Amino acid sequence: MSVFLVLEESGGKIKRASWEALAAALKLGPAQEITAVVLGAETDALAAEAAAKPVGKVVRVEHPLLNRYTADGFSLALHQLLQSQTPTYVVFPHTYQVRDYAPALACRMGQVLIGDVTGIEDGPIFTRQLLQGRLNGSYRHGGDGPCFVSVQAGAFRADSLETQGNAAPARIELFTPTIEPVQIRTKPSEPFRESAQTVDLGSAQRIVSVGRGIKGAENLPMIEALAGALGAELAASRPICDNGWLPMERQVGSSGQTVAPKLYLAIGISGAIQHLVGMKGSQCIVAINKDPDAPIFEVADYGIVGDLFEVVPALTEAVKAGRE
Amino acid sequence: MKIVVAIKQVPDRDAPVRIAADAKWIEERELQWAMNEPDAYALEEALQLKEKHGGEVIVLSAGPERVGSTIREALAKGADRAIHIVCDDLGAGAGGGLRNFDALGVARLLAEAIKPENPDLVLTGLQSEDLGLGQTGVILAELLGLPHATLILQVEKTDAGLKVKRELEEGWFQSIEMPLPAVLTMQSGGNKLRYATLMGIKRAKTKELRAVNAAELGVEAAPVATLEQISAPKKQKSTQILGGSAKEAAAALVEKLKTEARVL
Repeated sequence: MSVFLVLEESGGKIKRASWEALAAALKLGPAQEITAVVLGAETDALAAEAAAKPVGKVVRVEHPLLNRYTADGFSLALHQLLQSQTPTYVVFPHTYQVRDYAPALACRMGQVLIGDVTGIEDGPIFTRQLLQGRLNGSYRHGGDGPCFVSVQAGAFRADSLETQGNAAPARIELFTPTIEPVQIRTKPSEPFRESAQTVDLGSAQRIVSVGRGIKGAENLPMIEALAGALGAELAASRPICDNGWLPMERQVGSSGQTVAPKLYLAIGISGAIQHLVGMKGSQCIVAINKDPDAPIFEVADYGIVGDLFEVVPALTEAVKAGRE
Repeated sequence: MKIVVAIKQVPDRDAPVRIAADAKWIEERELQWAMNEPDAYALEEALQLKEKHGGEVIVLSAGPERVGSTIREALAKGADRAIHIVCDDLGAGAGGGLRNFDALGVARLLAEAIKPENPDLVLTGLQSEDLGLGQTGVILAELLGLPHATLILQVEKTDAGLKVKRELEEGWFQSIEMPLPAVLTMQSGGNKLRYATLMGIKRAKTKELRAVNAAELGVEAAPVATLEQISAPKKQKSTQILGGSAKEAAAALVEKLKTEARVL
């Protein structure tokens, strides 16, 4: 039994999501059976950071062509590593980057990634969400070969790792994959932002957020009135911004901003996981939705099941009345 | 440019779902179906590329009979022809039903149907709204031996191939240059979706819709990952549902937010 954990970095530091994946890996095997893997052109600092965590070993997969992430480079390098020492499990954080290459890597080894996992039970049985979070599915891996698993952000607690540090740092090994420049078929640019962010939802104390339930841009003034009465910033789930009803910078969720206000009011938002990851750290969550089974109610402190076109104006009035 | 767009029919977002008696999937009778939204964006991108550069758009979908309605919708929007990999959900015997295929199995079916077409570009949505695996496009690229990029919002044809805009996390983007042929998985929101016109709907009826039996593609269902059971999610918090009329519920909420949650 052995577990490989592929860590992801950002700006020279291991991402928090990677440590959450370590917390998940510890459900599959003890720390001494876990091998943390870091990839890049220069990985000594990353490896040192990983070696201080509860892992048995760290492997530095190092090559000049891994300087910048490409699906081809990462798949090639990890495939070679996994062929040289085949583990029972390969665990990843479920990031955009992992989604980009892990399915291809798994396929190359005749495997399927069990992606976006939210829970691991004895068996092991892996839980992942279905139908945009409306249901859970229990998955099992069969057959020979490593079991590839990626872990949803926020599903496992990384803070419990702090008390489990190693007495001495784990040993570090170097693995040098063979990669030719011609094997990297895509040329990625430096990341960029579209425009300067003028709305900082991250520091807002109160947020009123609107989703598909609003039906059309013409109904937004009703939401704006409520936000005004509450002294709240206006935000939205992805479809609202996709439709151009509100600017992209007001989007909360995995592709938008992550917020944790004192009050988060979700109006007509069903609560797909892509949205929930961006707001579930809010202190108090209120959901207004016509569907009592909407996943948003799983994270809400208070809920009103009803027609938002009736509830929102009534709420605006009640907020105003409460001020007087 | 010859473009294949892989689309999936999924339960309509607003359709109520019930867990089936065997707890392995949802009750499909009386369910409403729709085109997976990210796939609709993939189709839109394909149609726009064809309008700019010429060529052909072929839609490809796997599933039982009912999938035909979603394929017709794609043809009505402007796709030139379609391939339907006919595969029952719960077929018995050799090959089994589509639900016996995992992401790799489904991608193998699609890849076998794509290979003889030799397209310049394969597009699909970044994930499905039902299973949400988000892997089909990436596995397709691997099976077809093509370069790929995921979470794409814009596609631009260049002399050397493509330049695409990829979404990263937290509001960041990246452009990627790549040669053709290639596979892209499309993110929602990059384009505005078109509606089918009456003329389009009429013309769709005369377009080629070729049915291929899944068994003919020579792909065995040999799942590595199996969905054993589905269940309703457990609540992470105990939600206080405020009842009564809209006015009563609103007043109760304001009171709770003031005195209990203390956020007003």
